[in-house]
Amino acid sequence: MTPLLEVKGVSRFFGGLAALSDVTFQLYKGEILGLIGPNGAGKTTLFNVINGFYPPSKGEIFFRQQKISDMQPHRICKLGMARTFQVVKPLQRMTVLDNVIVSAYLRTGSREKAEKTAVETLHFTGLFEDRYVVSKGLPLGRRKRLEMARALATGPTMILLDESFAGLNPTELNESIGIIRKIKESGITIMIIEHHMKVIMAISDRIVVLNYGQKIADGTPEQTRNNPLVVEAYLGDAQNG
Amino acid sequence: MTGPQVEVLLQTLISGLLLGGLYALIGIGMTLIMGVMKIINLAHGELMMVGMYIAYGLFTFFHIDPYLSVIIAAPLLFILGVLLQKYLINPVMKVDSILPENQVILTVGIGMVLANLATIFFSSDYRSTPVDYATKAWYLSDVWKSSPIELSLSFPWTVSFLFSLVITAGLWFFLTKTDTGKSIRATAQDNDAALLMGVHVEKMRVITFGLGSALVGAAGCLFIPIYYLYPDLGGQFTLIAFVITILGGLGSTVGAIVGGIVLGVFESLTSTYIGMGWAPVGRFMIFVAALIFIPGGITSLFRRKRLGR
Amino acid sequence: MKKYLPLILMGLLAMLPLVGINTYLMHIIILVIMWSVIGMSWNLLGGYCGQVSFGHAAFFGVGAYTAGILYNKFQISAWWGLPASIVFVTGFALVIGYICLRLRGPFFALATLAMGVILRVTAENLSFLTEGDLGIMIRERTWVDKTWYYYIILLIAACTFYLVKKVIGSKLGYYFVAIREDQDAAESLGINTTLYKTIALCLSAVITGMAGAFYTNYMGYIDPKVVFALHDISIVAIMIVMVGGVATFWGPVIGSIIMVLLAEGIRSIPNLGAAHHSFFGVLLIVIIIFLPNGIMGDNPKLKKILRWGRTP
Repeated sequence: MTPLLEVKGVSRFFGGLAALSDVTFQLYKGEILGLIGPNGAGKTTLFNVINGFYPPSKGEIFFRQQKISDMQPHRICKLGMARTFQVVKPLQRMTVLDNVIVSAYLRTGSREKAEKTAVETLHFTGLFEDRYVVSKGLPLGRRKRLEMARALATGPTMILLDESFAGLNPTELNESIGIIRKIKESGITIMIIEHHMKVIMAISDRIVVLNYGQKIADGTPEQTRNNPLVVEAYLGDAQNG
Repeated sequence: MTGPQVEVLLQTLISGLLLGGLYALIGIGMTLIMGVMKIINLAHGELMMVGMYIAYGLFTFFHIDPYLSVIIAAPLLFILGVLLQKYLINPVMKVDSILPENQVILTVGIGMVLANLATIFFSSDYRSTPVDYATKAWYLSDVWKSSPIELSLSFPWTVSFLFSLVITAGLWFFLTKTDTGKSIRATAQDNDAALLMGVHVEKMRVITFGLGSALVGAAGCLFIPIYYLYPDLGGQFTLIAFVITILGGLGSTVGAIVGGIVLGVFESLTSTYIGMGWAPVGRFMIFVAALIFIPGGITSLFRRKRLGR
Repeated sequence: MKKYLPLILMGLLAMLPLVGINTYLMHIIILVIMWSVIGMSWNLLGGYCGQVSFGHAAFFGVGAYTAGILYNKFQISAWWGLPASIVFVTGFALVIGYICLRLRGPFFALATLAMGVILRVTAENLSFLTEGDLGIMIRERTWVDKTWYYYIILLIAACTFYLVKKVIGSKLGYYFVAIREDQDAAESLGINTTLYKTIALCLSAVITGMAGAFYTNYMGYIDPKVVFALHDISIVAIMIVMVGGVATFWGPVIGSIIMVLLAEGIRSIPNLGAAHHSFFGVLLIVIIIFLPNGIMGDNPKLKKILRWGRTP
């Protein structure tokens, strides 16, 4: 089986610092891949490299058998990879509905079709009641949800979620986990960065661990939990996790 | 190359270098403000114009030498800058608006008012300070009798250049050695981090705007013995300051010095070899070239080299 | 009712010359409409797409000179400048966009400002083509009466209004606003930001260029200092939108009525004439501080102030 996403020996330098060094892994269709690691391990950088915001300094990335490591973000998105941002970036002065319509326009030129997709996505993510709220005025939990809705409305085959659970209260957290399961059921492959250990262990099929920009583990949640390297890397963080 | 041709070239390079030194002073003020406040001050040239009129007024009414008036004009411009920042720019930075460029447009408004006030008070006539050393110059043949070529060094240009070197050195000392200077640099590097480290960011902004204004005001005093003055001259110098900043790299003080000198020499070359009227076009050609080929400015080239090693 | 407002207004305006108004008033109305066109075009790029241009005089000037040069060098009617300016201005806009659109925010603003100055200086120096500082004079005026000029600029304005409305309601408009709100987010949602910014710039430039070509025909005289003016063209274009309302349909129209009347009013006060720019500058500062999104843009705020006035 050919992988959906293939990251081959990717490094990224900022000045003299290696934010990522020689990271290699694959992602198969239908999987949920968790990406964890201590603060500053290079998780978000890896997303930015995959999604095309930073070109990799070394290495190549393939998505659906196409080389994407030299493409601009909008072309990668068109190919079917959507992402959310850790620091949410809503289109501030647009309503929630308009935010999602913008994404839906990627696959259509018609206003009616775009709106239809947007409304469906809002129902799917439970944001329908908020559709006329200007997104600037949305509480954080809902804004995180809006990030997800926007990514979904672009009609992706794969979605990169960057800390979509951070700062949520327990009810919101449970809802979000439900949505992620639903996304998986609809056949979309997911890669997710998360600090919340219980959640990531529960929902991931496989987990990749980064530390200081290097991949230190790649396996099932069970294997990861018992990996001494991971335990060591997390020694400080594990108690709060 | 024949003797006279070499002479013209060398003379052009010398005047370009002297001009560049003064440009650097204008550019540093702009780049400081840009670095700390992340806004472009489109009233920069107008502030210089105000400095020039102060020097002009002091010369005409009190017979104070323009070089001496730096001591008076720079503090006055500092106060003006502080007031503008405190009561106009800062409030606008807090207002929520669709276009974040509001602050830039605000500085345009400030510039318009300053230029217009100058027209009302001094009329739009061209002015200059007829200092008695205006045409004084040193000649190479005075020092070296048998020199094959003749070069001259204008007295006011040289003095202005030296003054700008002294002011730049003073600024460097202030930014690297004093607590306030260090706080300003910290704010420029990372606003939020500086805030967390206990730097009074808002105060630093006010001081920076004052400092930038004082620098460009001082530059105005240095320009007036060698240049003429009219109310609308500001716009041209705002653009020069901006071109220097782009050329040198945004927010980089060293870049502003290098950018100023490069621009000075280049302008001098264009006006000698292509024609006086084309000097502004040359200025913008170099600006466009910088945007396309070295988007990070000249300083980024040095940095890249160092990394390669 | 509200839907038909533009149509009703058009009908009323079309009948205006039948009433028989004097030449001076006609001149003012023509200026207001011309500035509305420029304001609407600036608003498309600046207000909706968020790319604040300080160099719209560049496009205005290129349009004006296209008409002027066609007349002066090729001996054909300057009216051909209207269609021809579309081609030339698009060309210039593509070059300027290639250079400037890689910059963001205030840096884009300043780069466009520099472009305006570059074109002015070039026009001053390329005398064989532009007659330099002497300017170009259209010696035979098409009409002595202003009525036809009025209808032509009214038609251009109506087309512009319609075009802006269509664009903003479509995918293009959504993409423009998305780019204004967050360029990184827009890019990650599959929007080719460079492409759409270029489209916005070209549309805006072409409309301003047509206004420029009209200006040549209407005024009969152009020179680089007038048509490439920073303060009197580029900045006024910004002010019209800022005063009237950023990213609103009617904002530029209201802004240009206010600005043209103000400019004329100030000019007619004998002692204030010299302070003309001061007045504009102060106005600009006041508007930015108190009505940062313009009269139409800050409607709720305006209402609040009015209400506050009634019940203190």
